[in-house]
Amino acid sequence: MSYLEIARLEKSFGANRVVTDFNLGVEQGEFISLLGPSGCGKTTVLRMVAGFERPSSGAIRIAGEDVVGKRPNQRNIGMVFQAYALFPNLTVAENVGFGLKIKGARRNEITARVTEMLALIGLPDLGGRYPFQLSGGQQQRVALARALAPKPRVLLLDEPLSALDAKVRVSLRNEIRAIQRDLGITTIFVTHDQEEALSISDRIVVMNAGIADQVGTPFEIYNRPTTRFVANFVGQLNLFKADGTGRIGGVAVGQGDFAARPEAVHLGRAAEADIVLPATVEEVHFLGSVIRVTATAAGARIALDTFNRPDVPPPAVGSTVELSLSSRDLIPLK
Amino acid sequence: MSLYARLTGWIVLLFGLGYFIVPLVGLTEFSLKARRGVYSFDAYAKIIGDPEFQATFSYSVVMALVTIAMGVLIVVPTAFWVRLKMPWARPYVEFLTLLPLVIPAIVIVFGYIRLYNTSSFLPLTGTATGTNLLLAFGYTVLALPYMYRAIDTGLRTIDVATLTEAAQSLGAGWTTILTRVILPNVLPAVLSGAFLTFAIVIGEFTLAALLDRPAFGPYLQRIGANKPYEPFALSVIAFAITWACMGLIQLVTRFSKHTKAQP
Amino acid sequence: MAAPSPKPRRQLPLTWLGLMPFVIFVTLFLILPTMHIVVGAFQDRTGAFTLQNLRDLNTGTIPSSYWVSVKISVASAALGCLIGFGMAAAVVFGAVPRWVKSPLMTFSGVASNFAGVPLAFAFLATFGPVGLVTVFMRNNFGIVLSRDIGFNILSFWGLTVTYLFFQIPLMILIITPALEGLRREWREAAEVLGASTAQYWRMVALPILFPSLLGTFALLFANAFGAVATAIALTGSALNIVPIQLFAQIRGDVLGNPNLGYAMAFGMIVITAIANVLYIWLRIRAERWLK
Repeated sequence: MSYLEIARLEKSFGANRVVTDFNLGVEQGEFISLLGPSGCGKTTVLRMVAGFERPSSGAIRIAGEDVVGKRPNQRNIGMVFQAYALFPNLTVAENVGFGLKIKGARRNEITARVTEMLALIGLPDLGGRYPFQLSGGQQQRVALARALAPKPRVLLLDEPLSALDAKVRVSLRNEIRAIQRDLGITTIFVTHDQEEALSISDRIVVMNAGIADQVGTPFEIYNRPTTRFVANFVGQLNLFKADGTGRIGGVAVGQGDFAARPEAVHLGRAAEADIVLPATVEEVHFLGSVIRVTATAAGARIALDTFNRPDVPPPAVGSTVELSLSSRDLIPLK
Repeated sequence: MSLYARLTGWIVLLFGLGYFIVPLVGLTEFSLKARRGVYSFDAYAKIIGDPEFQATFSYSVVMALVTIAMGVLIVVPTAFWVRLKMPWARPYVEFLTLLPLVIPAIVIVFGYIRLYNTSSFLPLTGTATGTNLLLAFGYTVLALPYMYRAIDTGLRTIDVATLTEAAQSLGAGWTTILTRVILPNVLPAVLSGAFLTFAIVIGEFTLAALLDRPAFGPYLQRIGANKPYEPFALSVIAFAITWACMGLIQLVTRFSKHTKAQP
Repeated sequence: MAAPSPKPRRQLPLTWLGLMPFVIFVTLFLILPTMHIVVGAFQDRTGAFTLQNLRDLNTGTIPSSYWVSVKISVASAALGCLIGFGMAAAVVFGAVPRWVKSPLMTFSGVASNFAGVPLAFAFLATFGPVGLVTVFMRNNFGIVLSRDIGFNILSFWGLTVTYLFFQIPLMILIITPALEGLRREWREAAEVLGASTAQYWRMVALPILFPSLLGTFALLFANAFGAVATAIALTGSALNIVPIQLFAQIRGDVLGNPNLGYAMAFGMIVITAIANVLYIWLRIRAERWLK
C-alpha cells in the first residue's frame, strides 16, 4: 500500500467533468509530477489532495487515513503556489514560522526551525525582509521553506516555477529536487512544462482531459509513450505512416502510424539503421552543440538532431540527402 | 461559503440598500403629499411655476455651463502640456488639483470674501458681474480634482506625444492640435468631468450662499425654512438631475470603451 | 548688442509658459485665498504677528463646536467604514450574487457625491417629525422615535445618520478594490498551514487591510468634517458645529473678531489636512503591499 493513495477520484463542476477515474499511488519520499496542458485537471487533482476542492467521488488516503472529509487546515500538508502567495504583511521569518505559530509551538522552537529552514533554502540573512523586497525566485524559496517548516506529510507544488524567468527556473527546480531528496518528503509537482517534469521527477503522470493517460518514469514516458497524446505532448516527434503493405522505406513495420524522436533519425546511413529514406533539406538551425535539420521525406516533414562536428559542415538547404533510422526506434501510436 | 456567512452577507447588503432607498422613497412620498389625503403633483406644479425657482435654476445651469467651459479651458491644455513637455511636474500639478479636497469649500470662499473685497487689488465682489465671475472661479476650483483626474486618465489612454508630432508634421499649430486632435480623443473623459461638474454646481450651497448669489442651492435652503412641501419636490428634482448626470457618465464611459482600441 | 541666446535657456521659460494659465488660476483662487486665511489666523487687527487668535479658539462655544464636529465626523466615519466594509465584503466574497457588484458600485459613485441641501430634505422627509419612517413606526408599532428611543433628526445622531448616506458609499468605492486585492492564495496558504478562518483574518487579512481601512477612515472623517450644506439645511443653527459656526461668522462676524474667524478656518484646514495626509500616507503603504 502506497503512502499517498488516490483511488477512483472524480470531480465535476456542474455538468463539466474535469477529473475522471484518477488512480495513483505515491510511495513515501517519491517525487511525482502531474504533467499536462492547461485545463487537463492536474491542478484540480492537487487542490483535492490539499482539500480546497471536494471530490465528487473517490478516495484520498495519506498513510492509510482517508482525508476526503477533512478541511485543508487539518491535513498537515505543505503547499507552494504559483506566485505571490507569501503573506505581504509578514517578514520572511514570520512567513516561514506561520505554520508553527498556528500549531502553538514555543517561540524559541519557531526561531530555531525558521533559522534551519532559511539555511536550507540558502537565504539565511533575509529573515527580516518583507516579501516585496525579494526577487521572484527568492519569494518562491521562502514559500517552499514556509510549506516545509511545519514538517508536513506531503508537499504539493502548484506550478511554482511558472512565474519565474528561464534561468531562475532551471536552478530553482534543481534546488527543489535536492531539498526534497534531502528531506525525503513525498511530493506532487504540477507543471505544464515537459522538460521540467522529465528532469526532476521519479515518476510522471501525463494527464489529458481529466484522465491520466500514462504513468511512468521519465525514461518510459519519453521513450515508450503509450498514447498519441503522450507522444505528442512530451518531446518533439516525427510522424511516419506505413504504406498499404505495412512498410516504411521498404522495411516491414506493421500497419498504422509510427513516431520517432528527432534524435533517432540520422543524416546519412547510420550503422544500426535499417530504414533509409531520400529527403530534401528544408531548414538548418545551428544551435551550437546540436544542429537541427528539417527535411521532407515522402511528403512528410521530419526534424532530426545531429551533433556538431567541426570537420563536417551542416547540409545545404535544398540539397538531397538520405535519412536513416532503426525500426526498433519507431514508436507505434495508438 | 457557509449558510451563516451567506445570511450575514444578505442582511448587511439589504440593510445598506434599505438605508439608501428608504430616504429616497420618504422624500418622494413626502413631496407628493401637498394635497390632503391624496398623492398629487401640486408641490411640483407650484414650484415649477415659481418665478424665483425659474430664475435660480437657470442661474445655476448657466453657472454650471460656465464652470465646465472654464474647467475644460484650464485643465485640458494643462494636462496635455504636462504629459507632453513636463512629465516631472505631474505629481505637483496633481497635488495642487487635489487640494480642494483637503481645504473645505467654506474656507476657500472665506478667503475669497476677504481677499477680493471692494478695497482689494482685484475688487471682484464689488459688482454683480465680478461676484458671478468669482463664483464661477470658485466652482472651477471645487471641480478641479474631478475634472483633472478624468481628463488625465483620458490622456493616458492615447499616445499624446505621437499624436502631437504627427499633427505638427502635418503643419498644425498648438490651437489646432488641442482642439482638433487632443480634445476629440479625450472627449469621453471631458464629458465625464463635465457631467460631474454639472451635478456638483447645480446643488452647491456654501459658495453661492456666502457670496450671496441667487443660485438654486441657497434658494432650496431658504424655501425649506418657510414652505411645507415645495422643498421636498425641489430635492426630488435635484436628485433626479444628479442621477441623470451620473447615468450620462456611465453611458459615456461605456460608449468610449467600445470605440477605443485597447493599447 | 545682439547677445547669442543659447537654446536651452530659451526653452525652459517657454515650456513653463504652457503651465502659466493653470498656475495663475490656482494661485489666485486657491492658494492666495487660503494663505490669506492662514496668515490672518496669526495676525491681530493691526496686522502684527500673534498667537492670540489660536489661544482664543479655546474660548466661548468654539471648543465645544470643534468637539461636536470631531465627534460627528468620527461617528459617521466609523459607522460608514463598518457598514460599507460589510457590504463590500458581502459582494466581494460571494455571499451575494456577483451581478450585485456593478449596480452597487455605480450607485455608490452617485451617492458618495450626494452631500448637500437635498440630502437634508430626504432625511427630514424620512425621519423628521412627520417623516415616512417616523409616521410608520408610530402608526404600526406605537413607537415614537423622539420619545421612545430618543432619536431626533435635528441632533448629533440625526446628523450622523444623514452623513452616513454619503459616507457608506464612499467607503464601498474605496474598500472594494482593496478587498479584491486580497489574493485567494493567501487564504489558501494560511489554510494549508493549519489556520482557521478567524486566524486567517486576524493574522493575515486584517493586517493587510489595516492601512486601507485606517486611511479610508481618515478620508471619511475629513469628508464629514468639511460638510457644510447638509448640516445647515438640516439643523439650521440648532447644532453647534464648526462649519455652521464659521458660516455664521462669515455672514455676520458673530465672534466679534475677524481674525478669530481666520483661526477657526485655519483649525479646519489643519484637521482635514492631517486626516488627508494620513490617508495618502497609509494608501502608499497599502499599495506597496498589494503590488
